[in-house]
Amino acid sequence: MTADRSRLPDLGPERPFTFPEIRRATLDNGLRVWTVEHRQVPLIAVLALVPVGSASDPARQPGLAAITGDMLDEGCGDRSALEVHEALGRIGAQLDLDVGHDATVLGLTTLERYLDRGLELLRDMLERPRFEQREFDRVRDLRLNRLLQLKDLPPALADRAFTQLLYRNHPYGHLPIGSEGSLRGMMIRDIMSFHRRAFAPVRTTVIAVGDGSHEALSAAVRRAFQGWTGDGSEPIADPDAFAPPAAPPARLALVHRAGAAQSELRIGQVALARRTPDYHAALVANMVLGGQFVSRINMNLREEKGYTYGARTAFEFRRAPGPFVLHASVQSDATADALREALGEIGAIRGDRPVTREELELGRASLTRGYPRNFETADQIARAAAQLALYELPDDYFTTFVPKVLALTEADVTAVAAKHLDPSRLLSVIVGDREKLSTPLRSLNLGDIADVSGGS
Amino acid sequence: MNISFSKHTLPNGLDVLIHEDHSLPIVAVNLWYHVGSKNEVPGRTGFAHLFEHLMFEGSQHYDRGYFHPLQEAGAALNGSTNADRTNYWEVVPTNALDLALWMESDRMGYLLPALTEAKFSNQRDVVLNERRQNYENRPYGLAGMAIVDALYPPEHPYHWLTIGGADDLRAAHIDEVRAFFQRYYHPANASLALAGDVDPRRGVQLAESYFAEIPGGVRPEPVRVTPPGPPPSDLRLVLEDRVELPRLYLAWHSPPLFAEGDAELDLVAEVLSSGKTSRLYRALVYEQRIATEVAASQNSRELGSFFQIVATAAPGRTLAEVERAVSKELIRLIERGPTTDELDRCLAQAEAHFLFRLQTVGGFGGKSDQLNAYNTFLGDPGYFEQDLKRYRSATPSLLREAAERYLKPSRRVMLSVVPRGRVALALGDSRPVAVS
Repeated sequence: MTADRSRLPDLGPERPFTFPEIRRATLDNGLRVWTVEHRQVPLIAVLALVPVGSASDPARQPGLAAITGDMLDEGCGDRSALEVHEALGRIGAQLDLDVGHDATVLGLTTLERYLDRGLELLRDMLERPRFEQREFDRVRDLRLNRLLQLKDLPPALADRAFTQLLYRNHPYGHLPIGSEGSLRGMMIRDIMSFHRRAFAPVRTTVIAVGDGSHEALSAAVRRAFQGWTGDGSEPIADPDAFAPPAAPPARLALVHRAGAAQSELRIGQVALARRTPDYHAALVANMVLGGQFVSRINMNLREEKGYTYGARTAFEFRRAPGPFVLHASVQSDATADALREALGEIGAIRGDRPVTREELELGRASLTRGYPRNFETADQIARAAAQLALYELPDDYFTTFVPKVLALTEADVTAVAAKHLDPSRLLSVIVGDREKLSTPLRSLNLGDIADVSGGS
Repeated sequence: MNISFSKHTLPNGLDVLIHEDHSLPIVAVNLWYHVGSKNEVPGRTGFAHLFEHLMFEGSQHYDRGYFHPLQEAGAALNGSTNADRTNYWEVVPTNALDLALWMESDRMGYLLPALTEAKFSNQRDVVLNERRQNYENRPYGLAGMAIVDALYPPEHPYHWLTIGGADDLRAAHIDEVRAFFQRYYHPANASLALAGDVDPRRGVQLAESYFAEIPGGVRPEPVRVTPPGPPPSDLRLVLEDRVELPRLYLAWHSPPLFAEGDAELDLVAEVLSSGKTSRLYRALVYEQRIATEVAASQNSRELGSFFQIVATAAPGRTLAEVERAVSKELIRLIERGPTTDELDRCLAQAEAHFLFRLQTVGGFGGKSDQLNAYNTFLGDPGYFEQDLKRYRSATPSLLREAAERYLKPSRRVMLSVVPRGRVALALGDSRPVAVS
């Protein structure tokens, strides 16, 4: 028997998928407890979300939120730094700390039978970090060394320059790791003060997902966290309240890297906040432009021209408007051509090549049909739930996602792209060899090329 | 810990492994070909991986790129090549299983009629850019090449990295694609795993209906190599790179994947560098603060593995200091072995990581990938429990013996990667290496 190869097989009927139920409770101290049952593997993922990130760094202390987060597991409660990690290792726990622009997220995945021990450690990290001078000095040195090493990493240089030029003095205008000068000037009391203001039960959501009933998960979180006190009444910078940044000082900036084997590119502009009503249409617009392999920009730069191993775009949705950004690393002698093509693609969607019916359907289908894949592991589910908590999205967000995307038309998607992507406002940052690039880049007529140093 | 599965072998030699898990309406399709860069020859390195790229460029009955219909159906997909094998996977909604199998079988059976010079030269450019991005333009990106270059003699198939040499890639010719395809890309050299929302009987029927028509081919002879001798005693090499901090690489030959000593060395690596209480992290980064990071790993492969320790010096510290501190810890481990407490912690971590990998049906490292790994390398897809047993049966003295036997100070390659123009930061008497 041979298969019918005259055409692709039809898709069968879709199988239903419903996002698992999130149960919500609030402890007396104000801490929110969310639980989701997910019983495939004897693991439990716990996330503690504190909606304070590097956007809340004091203006003169970029990097404070990140180093505060980094210090949480360097000794807490009755345990020294080494004892914390010994205890984590004994229960086979995986600890992840992520300090982003909007939030600090502490994640711990452990075997179900060790849940109480894992929660106790997590609680101590949040509530009772020791912040010892000796540990602080060491952690700061490690971060300074990391900053030093990032000077040789083209993607990091590009991200830094792009972020600084695009957002300038806005709270999103620096990377979470901060700068050398700021880290050197930091004192342990800065960390303590930041921790006292940011980490309070009333601000925190603990999300437990895994192999246990709602009741068991919720009771375990309650046991661990109900004694945490602190009122969270001291003010902390809130990105929602900041004015939008001024326009970048130039449209094209170059970070010189002599003899670079490739040019690292970032192209983008300030775009959308997570709570925008244009969210779903922007996701589809991004699928058309550069959000997946078969998008316009990747097909052009990689599959037609062979300039790059890959090009991707994304709207980085945050509390306040985050950037739309294109990432690519392109071969040096094709830098100007790649830039011209990418700018052309971003411009065309609001000009002579609006979103087609076929592209709309492809974008909608990729997003909606692939949706269940995002909720396979306990950690994935917990991180999805954390988005609801962080951005204060409605409870029915997951169940309305697919119908909302499917309701979009070509015109909706083109309109949202046109509204938020303006080629005359795009900032392009290149990390590459100035000697090789200046002449071809001038042919793009993007005005003066701003020279940016690679330092921190 | 057992993953239930069924195994059928089609008449053309294709192994079909099926694992049922109806938690979500998705199915993982995972296809391994038992070919990697170890099947290449000097002068033509990088070919297996370049070939993998061509598998995404369309086949006879759907010649418009591999991604489009699958992404439109809601699939995630990718592929990868290493020294020993090449894998391809899709994770699709249940209703697109037919589509994924149609697409995989079409490129297994009918790739060549759709191959063109234009596709070939485009993907060669893409791979050269991948090489620039991930090796040439990345700090320490060429160190791996220098290590395998020193560990293995030129004719040994682990002498080069899977990405291959840039000149070899430029010299690759489209005619070689045909020979490579015929030799390695056929059912008898492949293993197909389906995991997820699929009924095993239907899974086998679907596999038959799409793959049975493809002729079996001759299973390639396993690559045979003379085990490489130890590197010259006290081999010290130096590579200048665009980096801020010097970094030391120590590498030893070690037993192949699944051979005696492999799991023990995996655990030795955990004792040395997993977590802040591991011996090397604690000594070098936490207490002495002479290094900013340290990592030990047993890099397990079919024909022979290598054990590696990598440590980056803190500013103002020398690689000689770092080397002395690493060696001191290694000697202590070789003399006295780990404590029972240390081993218990490492076992807990190893078991948890084992479980973490099995949370997903597909992708890199999910259940379908693991079934194929066991089937391809051992002929036994159900090796999960035995694999875990390799770790559970380890004892402090077995770890000590493995460390003593394989991590001898006289049998290591020592590579210093230093900032350009600062060769003096390397270990003394290091010889420059040229890789690019």
